Amino acid sequence: MSGSAPIEADEASPFWHASRSKVLVLPWCTACERPHWYPRVACPTCLGSDLVWRPASGNGTVYAVSVHHRPGMGRSPNDCPYTVALVDLPEGVRMLANVVDCEPSEVEVGDAVQVSWRPLDDGRHLITFAPTSKAG
Amino acid sequence: MGEGTLRGAAAIVGVADAVSPTGELDDHGRALEVRVVREALDDAGLTIADVDGLCCSGAPGGLAEHLGLDLAFVEGTFTGGSSFEVHVEHAAAAIAAGLCEVVVGVYAQTPRSDRRQGRQGGTPFPAGPNPILDWEAPHGLAVPVGAYALAASRHMAEFGTTPEQLARIAVDARSWAAANPSARFRDPITVDDVLASPMVASPLHQLDCCLVTDGAGAFVLTSAERANDLARAPAWVLGAATSSRHWMISEMPDLTTTAGAVSGPAAMALAGIKPSDVDVLLAYDSFTITALLHLEDLGFCAKGEGGAFVEDGHVAPGGTLPMNTNGGGLSYTHPGQYGMFLLVEAVRQLRGDAPGLQVDGATIAVAHGAGGFLSTMSTVVLGSEVTR
Repeated sequence: MSGSAPIEADEASPFWHASRSKVLVLPWCTACERPHWYPRVACPTCLGSDLVWRPASGNGTVYAVSVHHRPGMGRSPNDCPYTVALVDLPEGVRMLANVVDCEPSEVEVGDAVQVSWRPLDDGRHLITFAPTSKAG
Repeated sequence: MGEGTLRGAAAIVGVADAVSPTGELDDHGRALEVRVVREALDDAGLTIADVDGLCCSGAPGGLAEHLGLDLAFVEGTFTGGSSFEVHVEHAAAAIAAGLCEVVVGVYAQTPRSDRRQGRQGGTPFPAGPNPILDWEAPHGLAVPVGAYALAASRHMAEFGTTPEQLARIAVDARSWAAANPSARFRDPITVDDVLASPMVASPLHQLDCCLVTDGAGAFVLTSAERANDLARAPAWVLGAATSSRHWMISEMPDLTTTAGAVSGPAAMALAGIKPSDVDVLLAYDSFTITALLHLEDLGFCAKGEGGAFVEDGHVAPGGTLPMNTNGGGLSYTHPGQYGMFLLVEAVRQLRGDAPGLQVDGATIAVAHGAGGFLSTMSTVVLGSEVTR
């Protein structure tokens, strides 16, 4: 599957570093003790800038899902159909990612999914999810 | 300034739009902006020398200079398709506060002819860091349709909304467009036609998606004092409100409830009206799901009941709630930021000179703009003389 590699902004560096070892970490604010997503320079709840990165369980639940029959930016028609989902993590954040290792049309709202990783050319990994029953 | 002072302090006294059934216009850029500004001023019976305020959805300095304006009020807010409802809100407040007297708002975009002629064009998205490129685009989210598809998916899962119900919104938009000679598409379509059109991003088909056309529009807003002296019947700004709490779709707290659930009731409260008082609803239909969410969030039906509401024929010609009477973004025109055309049609309906089907005796029209990815919502309530 094609796709443009995301840039590695300073505030997201720990996430991308951990992705090299296929470990999911989330940014937490030490002031209000909340996680957030996507990575920011400050906590979107209290604007605190003392952030720490903690491992996540890697579990998730599909909140919404769309099978794309026409490619988004950086994808080609040959990649279609593919599944784009919003996935709720029990830590309290929501991520947009592909659900892979299954028929695109099989993914439904409410499905349990688990983190998997797609290698990028530079050693980092793009986060994806796979149905829990099928995830390694 | 007290909350009540915006009501009736300003009125839209001139409008113009440039739209073609071919989807393409001969003019573009400044030439197109100048054309609709001139036409809107002519419509108002005013001249460029009267103008002391300018609104456009991006850096306004260059346009102001091009028009040779001497300005007391400059407004360049970009919130996507809702920009122009935001502009009316801000300009009406500025007029109410005595900052300016005659404000022109303008929009022109020509994506269709730009593409064919190889011109640079496109949406003026603000420069700077764009988290969409970092956190959504690498996953292949199709922008913007993928974002709206996710919202439709959630609405279906939570409330049992069906593809047929969403399709009905496109069918009704086309029924309105049939009578509008400027509309891009006028041939009737059926629910089956929508469902048989190619799937773009499930659950949205091609015919669930808005058009891509050239288009331009302008409005002239002025004070109550000036409005009363002009030839055309003023469309009074009775209420206006904006709500914004996310930009990218993955940051939207609840995909089934937009910020319109705040802006809509706030604007209606300021106007002193309730949903059942609305004669014409112009509700931004970038996609069928967008219009469905507006119906629920603005209180025309309960949350989750939008599908059944449209299935009952309420928003079709002859229904209880005439919606997108020009044919909407789905069938009339959609150059990228459609909110300008909501205002133009709302004013025309209140004056009784709609280019397509006229709603008899319309006295209250709501223009509800949606910007970004179900993000910034802005609602303007307009009324004819009797509502003031």
